[in-house]
Amino acid sequence: MRRETVLIIGFGLAYAAFAALVTHSYYQLILTVVPIWAVMGLAWNLLSGYSGFVSFGHAAFFGLGAYFVALAQIGWNLSPWLGIPAAGVVGALAGLIVGIPTFRLRGHYFALAMLAYPLALMYVFEWLGYQELTLPMRRDAALQFMQFEDHRIYTWLAAGLMVLAMLLTGRVERSRFGLSLIAIKEDEAAAEAAGVRTLHWKLLAITLSGAMAGVAGGLYAVVLLVVTPPAVFGMLVSAQALIVAMFGGAATVWGPVLGALVLVPLSEFLHAQLADKIPGIQGVVYGLAIIAVILLAPEGVVWKWRAYRRKRARAAPAPAAASPVSPAAAAQRASGPERPVIFEARQLSKSFGGLKAVRDVTLQVRQGEILGIIGPNGAGKTTLFNLLNGFLRPDGGEVVLDGRSIAGSAPDRVCAAGIGRTFQVARPFRRMSMLDNVMIGAFLHEPSAAAARAVALDALAQVGLAEHAQRLADGLTNKQLRLLEIARALAGKPRILLLDETMAGLTGAEVEELITLIRALAASGLTIVIIEHTMQAMVRLVDRFVVLDDGAVLAEGEPARITQDPAVIDAYLGRKWRMANA
Amino acid sequence: MCAVLAFERAPGLIMDLPQFLENFLQALTAGLLTGAIYGLVCVGLSLIFGVMRVINFAHGDFMMLGMYVAFYAFGMLAAVPLFGEWLSPYLAALFAGPVIFVAGMLVHKLLVSRVTGMRASALASEGHYAQLILTLGIALVLQNGALYLFGSAPVSIQTPLASTAWLVGPLHGERVEIFVNQGQSIAALIALAVVLVFVAVMNRTRLGKALRAAADNPVAAVYMGIDVARAHRLAFGLGVAITAIGGGLLASSISFQPYVGLEYVIVMYAGVVLGGLGSVPGAFLGGLTIGLVQQLSTLFLPNQLQNAAIFVMFLVIVLLRPQGLFGTAARRT
Repeated sequence: MRRETVLIIGFGLAYAAFAALVTHSYYQLILTVVPIWAVMGLAWNLLSGYSGFVSFGHAAFFGLGAYFVALAQIGWNLSPWLGIPAAGVVGALAGLIVGIPTFRLRGHYFALAMLAYPLALMYVFEWLGYQELTLPMRRDAALQFMQFEDHRIYTWLAAGLMVLAMLLTGRVERSRFGLSLIAIKEDEAAAEAAGVRTLHWKLLAITLSGAMAGVAGGLYAVVLLVVTPPAVFGMLVSAQALIVAMFGGAATVWGPVLGALVLVPLSEFLHAQLADKIPGIQGVVYGLAIIAVILLAPEGVVWKWRAYRRKRARAAPAPAAASPVSPAAAAQRASGPERPVIFEARQLSKSFGGLKAVRDVTLQVRQGEILGIIGPNGAGKTTLFNLLNGFLRPDGGEVVLDGRSIAGSAPDRVCAAGIGRTFQVARPFRRMSMLDNVMIGAFLHEPSAAAARAVALDALAQVGLAEHAQRLADGLTNKQLRLLEIARALAGKPRILLLDETMAGLTGAEVEELITLIRALAASGLTIVIIEHTMQAMVRLVDRFVVLDDGAVLAEGEPARITQDPAVIDAYLGRKWRMANA
Repeated sequence: MCAVLAFERAPGLIMDLPQFLENFLQALTAGLLTGAIYGLVCVGLSLIFGVMRVINFAHGDFMMLGMYVAFYAFGMLAAVPLFGEWLSPYLAALFAGPVIFVAGMLVHKLLVSRVTGMRASALASEGHYAQLILTLGIALVLQNGALYLFGSAPVSIQTPLASTAWLVGPLHGERVEIFVNQGQSIAALIALAVVLVFVAVMNRTRLGKALRAAADNPVAAVYMGIDVARAHRLAFGLGVAITAIGGGLLASSISFQPYVGLEYVIVMYAGVVLGGLGSVPGAFLGGLTIGLVQQLSTLFLPNQLQNAAIFVMFLVIVLLRPQGLFGTAARRT
């Protein structure tokens, strides 16, 4: 068993043992609701903590679960032993139904839309006449209907559920699923370009999250025996899920649990002591806790602790940047028109409002070549890449890979088809380690974490970053960022690599290292398309140039010919310069 | 709560045409009158989003505070013979403006400014969520704090005008008559006047220019010598103040309690999103539309589902046209 698994189960047992010693019924109730809110926090965390899509509406799933268990027992005499798992199914379905339309939205819009679901449900359930549902007493079949004399059993059930939720979260966190969610949080577009099927993972996350919240709601109904719309669909429910997770630390297994352990007893205690004198104290405490967390430790307790541990552990200074391993000198590769065309753009056009960024661009990429695309700033180079990798849908024309049109395919599909890319401004997943960054790319062909890890380590070694594998991608040098992006693309085993101004901002020596690396990649059989707006380095690197100016192809050919082309010189230096130097 | 606005009318779908026409016109009138105040409330929210790019979850709760300020101010003003019961509800509503303005400036300076503005851009996505969650915390404190201060019993501003109506009609063969509530009509006119004054301030004055510059491009505005932090603080204060005046105007036609803001925050966002986030005229029209939809929905839906109808409409708008129905200011952050 993994160490974390042992810890989680040990924690669950310790909690259950502690609960066994408590006989006061009020404290027992608190001990029971703590794990329920921990499960609710873990549910919120699974979606919002990992993927960054903040939900203010988890009460919707919680409330549906609670009402399902109550109504199923009242109407169908259904035992909660079946009702609670079924509440999970209800929550999962609700998550999926909510997710499909709502994931079209991002940021503010997503959060706002999520807020509307539970509030709308609250009014609907009031209108349906369910202002207050009481679960019928079944002393005749207490075991079957979870109506235990000994209230500690509820605590043990809740603690068991919490352990399950923690184990599930831990499993997700270490898997392709969890890393993909974190990549989505860090940079959704870059994740798509690295082959992550973002909608697929987000839907899976909200479905699982809805299921966990539904189960929590179901158990809540059984424990409290009374269900009212404000108590299960109210804003405080969603807020509580969010705050226990954020307080403890979002995107962690222990964070939501820690948050629930601290905040739930605190607010319950204050509520019990002061509610008659100060009504609303519970809400004020949660509100103040939210404000304090956001202002003082927005990352939460667990992350603070990890940062503290890391600081102490860092005895030795970070190793100096290593240079890429120079592979055996790249053989001079044969070039020529005899190589087959594998990738091409046919009359590709794209306008933004009145600006024609790319106009009727036709170009062919031949197998194994290094094709340079150059042009002054604003010539449409990056727009062209965005059309080629699916970020943009062309207004006209086609992108053809192996004779099949792929224009309009989503970026992750294009990536899966064998086209990797890097970005003009590097877009690493900043709060992931370099290894995790590259694993995101590797998952494209290796669904298991272990295999993806091996591929990622290979890719890191290929670009010379192997010894930094565990370092966070934040705070790297420009060169390291460029290499990291190349490694991430390489891990997806592309056939064609699109490099967007990879050499921008590098020193002369660094440019030389990159040229060596790119040549080695080409020598290994990879086809490379590289954008630059400066020509010096490119002349020595590429087999062929395509020159873009003002969105259209100005010239095409071998480096020696292009540098002499009057039209190219005009575009770069101006007609006057050519006349003066003629 | 909003149901109080709608007049008693016979339920049931079977009715003759003049009866339906009367109900329809009655709901239309009520919708326009309520909608004008919703429009004002939405303008306040829209200002904050337009200038600061902040989604203020606590906005409904500032409106709730405005309602209580107006409620207590009315209690004092009504005692003054000069104002009496006729003038004091409106003076009380306007009085809520400056009070909540100061409160808003303080909340911004002490809390909101720490996670928004220039500094937030350095926090990348973190800052983006930090402000959402912070304003959620503020909302919880305001709601529950108000519960302690003001109690949970619903209150409203009782004025003679609120129960007086003009009779329009009879129209259409003597059978159709519409009541136009006088209190609501005056409140709607005041709301419209406040919006017009605000638009004039934004377009004509130096303050308005500074706010618009800070909204367009905060970095460039700083280079031009505009104190963007101050502009944001003013925008936040003004935004909640405008909404508080709207709340004060509503306070004489509905009864309210400390959680009233939660219902209205969705109403407000529905209006603002409908008008295109960040557009002031759009927000007013959006609020007006929401008022109309809310009142007209009573023709077909039971009263309890009025708010559910607004939430559903909000979801439909956000999902289908997040850039807003009126097409302006389609910038998304």
